Amino acid sequence: MFASLTRLQRYYLYYTAVFLGFVGLLALLERNGMPPRWVGYAFLVFTVTMYAMIGVFSRTTDVSEYYVAGRRVPAFFNGMATGADWMSAASFMGLAGTLYLQGFQGLAYVIGWTGGFVLVALLLAPYLRRFGQYTIPDFLCARYGGNTIRLIAVFAAILASFVYVVAQIYGVGVITSRFVSLQFEVGVFVGLAGILVCSFLGGMRAVTWTQVAQYLILIVAYLTPVAILSFNVTGNPVPQMVYGQVLEKVSALESRLFKSEAELAVRELYRERADLYAQKIMQLPNSLMIERERLGAEINALKSSDVQMREIIALERQRRELPLDPEQARERWEKEMFAAVDRSKPPIPHAEAFPGDTQAERDAQRINFLALIFCLTVGTAALPHVLMRYYTTPTVAQARHSVFWSLLFIVILYVTAPAYAVFAKFEVLSNLTGIPIAKLPGWVAAWAKVGLVSIEDINADGILQFAELSLNPDVIVLATPEIAGMPYVVSGLVAAGALAAALSTADGLLLTITSALSHDVYYRIFRPQSSTQFRLVIAKSLLLVVAVFAATVAAQKPGTILSMVAWAFSIAGSAFFPALVLGIFWARATRAGAVAGMVVGLGLTLYYILRLEFGGYAWLGFGDGSLDPWFHLQSTSAGVFGIAAGFLTNIAVSLVTRPAPGAADFLARIRRPGSRPEAP
Amino acid sequence: MSEISPYWRKTRALTAWLLLLWVILTFGVSWFARELNEYRFFGFPFGFYFAAQGILLCYLGIIVHYSRRMNQLDAEYDDGEA
Repeated sequence: MFASLTRLQRYYLYYTAVFLGFVGLLALLERNGMPPRWVGYAFLVFTVTMYAMIGVFSRTTDVSEYYVAGRRVPAFFNGMATGADWMSAASFMGLAGTLYLQGFQGLAYVIGWTGGFVLVALLLAPYLRRFGQYTIPDFLCARYGGNTIRLIAVFAAILASFVYVVAQIYGVGVITSRFVSLQFEVGVFVGLAGILVCSFLGGMRAVTWTQVAQYLILIVAYLTPVAILSFNVTGNPVPQMVYGQVLEKVSALESRLFKSEAELAVRELYRERADLYAQKIMQLPNSLMIERERLGAEINALKSSDVQMREIIALERQRRELPLDPEQARERWEKEMFAAVDRSKPPIPHAEAFPGDTQAERDAQRINFLALIFCLTVGTAALPHVLMRYYTTPTVAQARHSVFWSLLFIVILYVTAPAYAVFAKFEVLSNLTGIPIAKLPGWVAAWAKVGLVSIEDINADGILQFAELSLNPDVIVLATPEIAGMPYVVSGLVAAGALAAALSTADGLLLTITSALSHDVYYRIFRPQSSTQFRLVIAKSLLLVVAVFAATVAAQKPGTILSMVAWAFSIAGSAFFPALVLGIFWARATRAGAVAGMVVGLGLTLYYILRLEFGGYAWLGFGDGSLDPWFHLQSTSAGVFGIAAGFLTNIAVSLVTRPAPGAADFLARIRRPGSRPEAP
Repeated sequence: MSEISPYWRKTRALTAWLLLLWVILTFGVSWFARELNEYRFFGFPFGFYFAAQGILLCYLGIIVHYSRRMNQLDAEYDDGEA
């Protein structure tokens, strides 16, 4: 069997063996007294060195190698690389946590992020490959003609990719600071170095082969802890098969615990707290003054009595930390109020679909669930860094086949994430809830220290109620090794996997941005006569500039940018999907139609997001006060409107304009039979 | 384009059917998740199971079928001049 493998497969088999051997060695060293901190360093240095070696060996000075890996990537490996390219730090760390918090509703992400690959397979990948240029703007420009559409496509590609890449680099900073205790900003620039060693010298060729290596590490790291946990809880190490039984136990625990006296009392206390904040906000600015005076009076009263100095200092700190002005008070108290409101709500049973007290609420949940799926699928099928990967296979047939491998490798992680969530919930409900706070397991305190777990004994009974515990979504994957009582080496493995997920996605995104700027803008628009050598110099310098810029932005810890990642799908979907699909399947689609469709679709999506999330922007000329959501849809589903508007506008304008003369030829070319693509 | 080649007609039909299947699975079945949760499947409520695992396997099936069928069509209609 070994002999039947290709050379590449053998290389990666050796690589995996070396990696597993390395993990085993570290486990041994840890048992013999190597401190955890060193385990973290060892993982960081070892994996980044591996990537750097692959990156250096794959260096290239050939344009086709740099942009599309020479179109020599076999379907199987392209699938693996796409898997790593696609699964970001959010999939690796955040998804299981989202599923833990939202239960069934979180499955919209699982369905949406995989369903998109069906659209890629049926509607896009084979045609992109048969056309065979370098970028998505290339394709649109060849189909519709003219540089306007190229520029719009470049703008949308950069808009969707840049926020995404910043979030990945931020993720690297978080991981390195947490596991090898580097300072956050240092971690960000370590991440930058890790990204550059993969992509700078070898472009797509190097990125492809490091992404394959990164996929192997991330999938091993994702499956190992939950398999061990599953074995501990159920005696079966295949969590995907057995978590149904655990889910049943979770449901039983939920129906018993959620209605218990103590839980009801705790939720009532949170409701009272929320009311209190609401009152204080209503009575601003007076309430702030009263608060300050009250604390002042208390401090004076204490000072005249003979209590401990410590209590006075605590009160003084409270007074110092009071909001400075009514504006700040409103902001801070509103946040507190919403947090309290959240905790006062009865929790949702994990498996319940579309939860709600009334039929109307349930319908709104259902609409949001389906709309989110729609946006994520279409967005997945339109994100340029994923589509670009299908330019790299040798033939059209391989491109089609490679989508299957991509989805398979992605599904392996996505069927595991819900199991993580269910096991974590089982652990929380059976081993944390109802336990005296002094006797909680060690991992709770360890993660509370870094602020990912927080506990508040609001009813002061010394016992933890479910509503008194709040978990940051990231903690589910990160803490599973400790929940299952595994040595630190497994935690290090998880960190290495998260790092691989973030780095591989960042590489792909960075390459997309770079090729949009260097290939589409510089070469195609400004200097079509420039030599291939000079084009590569431009590409490499731009890569460096964009990477440093993205790392600098990430080092500022920009909160809003991070939440913008969820919108990248709506942005990409509404800008690209209608123009690409109509361009392939509808001969009547015209240049004017495509341009209008992209502008209207993208514009509507951005408008909806901005109006809903930030209220009005007076300086942009629209509205004061925020918009009522249309059909109860949240801003992450803004693409529903943008994509629909993009299709309608494209069709309407196309019907009243004439198709470009080159379009028929183009369509005849990409719709002809045969697996061999055009020579580029 | 005045005439449509048989290859393209068949490709289009295949794409349309599979896309319809995809829409039914993704949006049709999910719509009834609440009702499907009444049924049990390997210990899972069926609605939950389908969204977490079943549908992903169906997606893989769709892509495999498309890939196989397109390879056949390619072999049938490719006259060698490329």
